[in-house]
Amino acid sequence: MNLVYINSTNGLSKAALETVTYAKKLGGEVLVVTNGNASADTLSTLGAYGASGVLQDPSIDGQDPSQLVKLVAAAAQKANASTIVFSHDLVGKAVAPRLSVRLKAGLVAGAVALPEADGSIKVNVFSGKAFGFVRVNSSVRIISLLPNSIQPEQTSGSCSVEAFDGQAGTSSIVVKATKKPEGAIALPEAELVVSAGRGLKGPENWGMVEDLASALGAATACSRPVADIGWRPHHEHVGQTGVAIRPNLYIAAGISGAIQHLAGVNGSKVIVVINTDAEAPFFKAADYGIVGDAFEVLPRFTEAVKRFKAAQH
Amino acid sequence: MNILVCISKAPDTTSKIAFTNGNTQFDENGVQYIVNPYDEWYALVRALEIKEAQGGNVTIITVGSAADDAVIRKALAIGADEAVRIDAPATDAYYTAMQIAAYAKTKSFDLILTGKETIDYNGSQVGGMLAEALDLPYVAIATKLDVAGSTVSCQREILGGVQEVEVQAPVVISCAKGMAEQRIPNMRGIMAARTKPLTVVAPEALEALTSFSTYSMPAAKSSVKLIDPNNLDELVTLLHNEAKVI
Ligand SMILES: Cc1cc2nc3c(=O)[nH]c(=O)nc-3n(C[C@H](O)[C@H](O)[C@H](O)COP(=O)(O)OP(=O)(O)OC[C@H]3O[C@@H](n4cnc5c(N)ncnc54)[C@H](O)[C@@H]3O)c2cc1C
Repeated sequence: MNLVYINSTNGLSKAALETVTYAKKLGGEVLVVTNGNASADTLSTLGAYGASGVLQDPSIDGQDPSQLVKLVAAAAQKANASTIVFSHDLVGKAVAPRLSVRLKAGLVAGAVALPEADGSIKVNVFSGKAFGFVRVNSSVRIISLLPNSIQPEQTSGSCSVEAFDGQAGTSSIVVKATKKPEGAIALPEAELVVSAGRGLKGPENWGMVEDLASALGAATACSRPVADIGWRPHHEHVGQTGVAIRPNLYIAAGISGAIQHLAGVNGSKVIVVINTDAEAPFFKAADYGIVGDAFEVLPRFTEAVKRFKAAQH
Repeated sequence: MNILVCISKAPDTTSKIAFTNGNTQFDENGVQYIVNPYDEWYALVRALEIKEAQGGNVTIITVGSAADDAVIRKALAIGADEAVRIDAPATDAYYTAMQIAAYAKTKSFDLILTGKETIDYNGSQVGGMLAEALDLPYVAIATKLDVAGSTVSCQREILGGVQEVEVQAPVVISCAKGMAEQRIPNMRGIMAARTKPLTVVAPEALEALTSFSTYSMPAAKSSVKLIDPNNLDELVTLLHNEAKVI
């Protein structure tokens, strides 16, 4: 039996659908466990992705990983689960390692593919500069799946949703405030990303970057010096010492393409580079390149995207 | 505050990544090791700031061999008071975390800090594993950390934003950008580091739960297709028809 933990407090995220699809593709029955108050109507749609049932504990708000680990461990015991799947997102990173110790089950952190024929599972290592194949030596295994590694696959059907008491005790983490910028697309889950570097010269020029991002429906990102100088918030910093991302499309304007930057973005499926310097190292990692001034190219790019979108309707 | 900072070595960020022995082992030939940036820049520096403001003691701990003492001395030069090395190869995150937990159980630390991940295996695992083994609360991927008495206030990342949380010490925290600024060790620090205590501890008998069977390198990119900067419609068409990403 495969057990999947999903965070459903803000509805069913793409990451959640990816993990259920992944568990289905592992073979065997798939049970989902979740916390929070998502409606049974919403949760039952997981049946179309391969779940045979959902266990829901509404008493846990999900802020304390030590409560979530008790919930998932209780569900794993009930289901006699041999594989437990998480998303390698901020919740998965907090809960899966705790569960590994609790169940003495090996954790494959950040899987990017289904298991190989020999059972080993591919992960990114050296910040995306290479891949490693992890073998789990315990009878129960835990896999946390890097977002955007596989696509959700929907068929038809629905599944049952059952109330479940995870016996999780009380939370030891008190939430004082939550800040989520309205409308912003979360970078780690984004399929399209527009990123810019020191070549943009100053924070007052980021309007061009945001315009292209909003025309595409993309998230924004930046190089490390840009976050260090305070032109952009830290959470936008991508690279070896920032966020590692693997969107379908990464557009880099005014970024030189230093090895530490590439490490965090070279898992992107398609890379577009805009740089005045034809010798910029980033062109070696790019699929499409534009040797040109970002101040001219970005607004033209935005207009071209708008024309394309208008023509599609 | 009695603070334990978990330190890992990591290959310098400019290292050439290659594998040997039929792609089963990382090729250490010519690789320079540094203190993992998250451990050093954020966890260790913030620990030192807290100690400087409120008093206390900062111990660093690593699981590794004598070859890692150079990396330990670097962390001592930045200002940690003492170091512990558990004398065993860090075979996997579980093995590493359980070794550190066994040591931490013999002491009483108010704060146990790790980096948010290492830049070599990127697992983000050791902090959470330690918290579970020690039955402590865990704040993952914290970008701010303040302490008042036994109340620990953190800002942590959540999907699409940040959150301010409070928790009572003792607690395990994994540290990320925003928490502190990198410190460059000065000559006095480097001299002092030579004589600071480094205790070598024998490992517990434990089995790792995972291992790497092989490694591979990403396929080389085919060469870049150059687009006329005056013809962005062509790029959009290619992204739609050829690359199929928009
Ligand atoms: C330990 C360590 C870790 C690091 N981690 C990271 C990391 O995680 N992420 C990261 O990004 N960096 C990281 N770095 C820094 C990295 O080495 C580079 O310094 C950094 O990525 C450079 O940022 P940049 O490309 O924005 O700036 P620059 O290197 O200054 O490049 C600016 C580019 O913009 C181009 N340009 C200038 N004007 C224009 C214009 N009008 N239009 C178009 N192009 C223009 C220039 O040709 C140039 O290529 C790390 C460094 C170290 C030592």
